Amino acid sequence: MSKVMLEVRELTTKYITRFRENVYAVDHVSLKVEEGKSLGISGESGCGKSTLALSLMGYYFAPLHYTSGEIIIDGRNITGMDPDDIRKSILGTEISYIPQSAMNALNPTQKVIHFIEDVFQAHDRCKTKKEIHEFAKEAFETLGLPAEVLQRYPVELSGGMKQRTVIAVSVVLSPRVLIADEPSSALDVTSQKMVIKMLKSLMGSGFIKSMIFITHELPLLYNVTDDIMVMYAGQIVEKGTAKEVVLDPLHPYAKGLMGSIIVPEKGLRDVKLTAIPGVPPNLKKPPSGCRFAERCKYARTECKVISVPLHDAGPGRAYRCILSEKELREAYQHAR
Amino acid sequence: MPGEKNSYLSGTGLTKVFRSGRQKTVAVDHVHFDFHEGEVISIVGESGSGKTTLAKMLLGLLKPTGGEVYFQGKKRDIGTRKKKKEYWKSIQAIFQDPFSAYNIFHKIDAVLLDCINMRGGRHLPHAKRVELMTEACGFVNLKFEELTNKYPFELSGGQQQRLMIARVFLLKPKILLADEPTSMIDACSRATILDMLMQLRNEIGMTIVFITHDIGLAYSVSDVVYIMEHGRFVESGSADEVILHPKETYTRRLIADVPKIHEVWDLSTV
Repeated sequence: MSKVMLEVRELTTKYITRFRENVYAVDHVSLKVEEGKSLGISGESGCGKSTLALSLMGYYFAPLHYTSGEIIIDGRNITGMDPDDIRKSILGTEISYIPQSAMNALNPTQKVIHFIEDVFQAHDRCKTKKEIHEFAKEAFETLGLPAEVLQRYPVELSGGMKQRTVIAVSVVLSPRVLIADEPSSALDVTSQKMVIKMLKSLMGSGFIKSMIFITHELPLLYNVTDDIMVMYAGQIVEKGTAKEVVLDPLHPYAKGLMGSIIVPEKGLRDVKLTAIPGVPPNLKKPPSGCRFAERCKYARTECKVISVPLHDAGPGRAYRCILSEKELREAYQHAR
Repeated sequence: MPGEKNSYLSGTGLTKVFRSGRQKTVAVDHVHFDFHEGEVISIVGESGSGKTTLAKMLLGLLKPTGGEVYFQGKKRDIGTRKKKKEYWKSIQAIFQDPFSAYNIFHKIDAVLLDCINMRGGRHLPHAKRVELMTEACGFVNLKFEELTNKYPFELSGGQQQRLMIARVFLLKPKILLADEPTSMIDACSRATILDMLMQLRNEIGMTIVFITHDIGLAYSVSDVVYIMEHGRFVESGSADEVILHPKETYTRRLIADVPKIHEVWDLSTV
C-alpha cells in the first residue's frame, strides 16, 4: 500500500452568517488521497465543493469556521495549528490551492517572474534573484511553458496561458497535495485540454505527489482522476473509482448527474438530457432525513425522517441511501 | 441564398476588420451562411475564432466592414434607430455572462415590463401585465411572486439565465442568438436551460443560433453545424454529418479536445 498523502477524518466546518446562523457547508467529510493518486469531487453549485477545498487547508478565516474533525498531511496533524504557522509552513509547501478563476488573481502591474520571487520570499527560501530566475526557467520548461512567459505581464497572455502560469506558480515549491478548484471551467476546450495535460504531467515530473480536482463536468473527472467523490448539501453521497461512479452510479443523485452529461459520441442525440428538478436544500435548516429526499424520484416516506449514514459497498466504495445496492439497480433498470 | 423560400437570415461575404493604428485584425473573413426557419444552428470554434464578432454583426451591434446581411429575403436595413428597434423585435440574444447582462439598478419587474412594452403592451391594464409576467416566469420554472421587487443579482447564475429565457418568451422573437448561454453555469442547470430553449422553439417556432466552443453541446442540440476557424467557416452541414464524419482536421481536433466517456481521450494531441 502506498503512502497516504492527505487524510481527512470527519471534518465539519461552518459559515456563521451576520444573523448568527450556522451553515454547515462541510458535514462530517472523510477522505484519503494516496501518493500518486488523484481524487475528483463533483456536485452541483452550492453543494459545498469549494468550501471543502478551503477547509482542507486548515486555514480558516471568517465567515468560515472550524468545528470538528482532523486533517493529516503526510502523517502530520495540522488541526488546531496557529494560522500564521499554517500560512508559513503548510500552504504552498505541503498543500497548494488553485481557486476558481485564479487567473484573474495575477496582479496586472507585475511580470510573471515577480509572482515566483514572491512565493520564495514568503516561505523564507531566501535565494538570490539569479537563483530564483534559473530555477523558475527550469521549472517552466519542465512544465511545458515557454520561459519567455516569465518576463511577460499577465495581460500579454491568453486565458489558457494565464491559467497554466498560475498552476506553475502554485507548484514551484513542490507541494504534497494540489487542490485545483474548477481550473478549466472558464476556458475553451482546447485550452482546457492543455491545462489538464499539464496537471497530469505535474504528477509524473514529481512537482506534486497527489491531487484533488474539483469540477461539475463529469466527463472531465472521468478522464482525469482515479477516484470520484460526489457531494450533495455538504455531505458525501457517493464515492468510488472514476469508472464505478460514472458508469455504475448507486446514489440517485449521482445517477441524476449522469443524465446531464454531454459528449460528442454517437448515440448522444437519441438520449434526452435530463436535469434533476429542484434546487439543493438551504443548509441553514437542513432537512432532518435524507437531504436529497425532496428531489429524489425513488424516495420513500421514511426517507424524509431517517438520516442516512454512508454505507460501505466494497473496497473504497460507499453511498448514502437507505435502499440497498440491489434495490437501487433494479429501480434504475425500470426507469430505463 | 437570398430569395430562397424560407431563408430567414443569411449573409454573403460578411467581413469585419478591426484596426488599431497600422495593425489589422480580420475577425470575420468573408463568411457565407443561410439560416432557415425553425432550425437550430450551431456555430462552433475555439476562443478568438470570431464567433462573437459574427453574432454582434448579426444583432446589428457592430457594423460589418464588408458584405451583406439578408433578413427574411430582403437586404437588412437598420440605418436609423427606429428601424433598429423594429429589427430587434425579430432578433434577440442571450449572452454568456448572466451576471453582467442585467442593469443592476432595475428590478426584475422592470426587466420583464420592458419586454411587454416592446411588444406593444404599454396600454394593457396592470393585472394583465402581471398575468403575462407570471406566465413567462412559470415557463422557466420560476415563481413571479418570489421574484417581484427583487433585483437580478439576488438570483443564482442559473436562475438569471432562466430569467433571460423568460424575457425571450415574452418577446417571442423570430431568431434567438444564444452566445455560450451555458458556459458559466453548472452541468445540471445546463440541461435545464437547453431543455427550456428547445421547448421555447417548439412553442413559438423560433430559429435558434447557438454559439459555443463545446462541440458536444452543438451535437446534442442542433440540426446544422458551422465550424469556424480564424474567421472563416471551414466546414458546415447537418450535425450528424459534421460530427460523426468530420472532413477537416480542425473539426477533428475540436472533437478530440472534448473529454469523452466511451472513447479514449487522447491527451498527446495538444
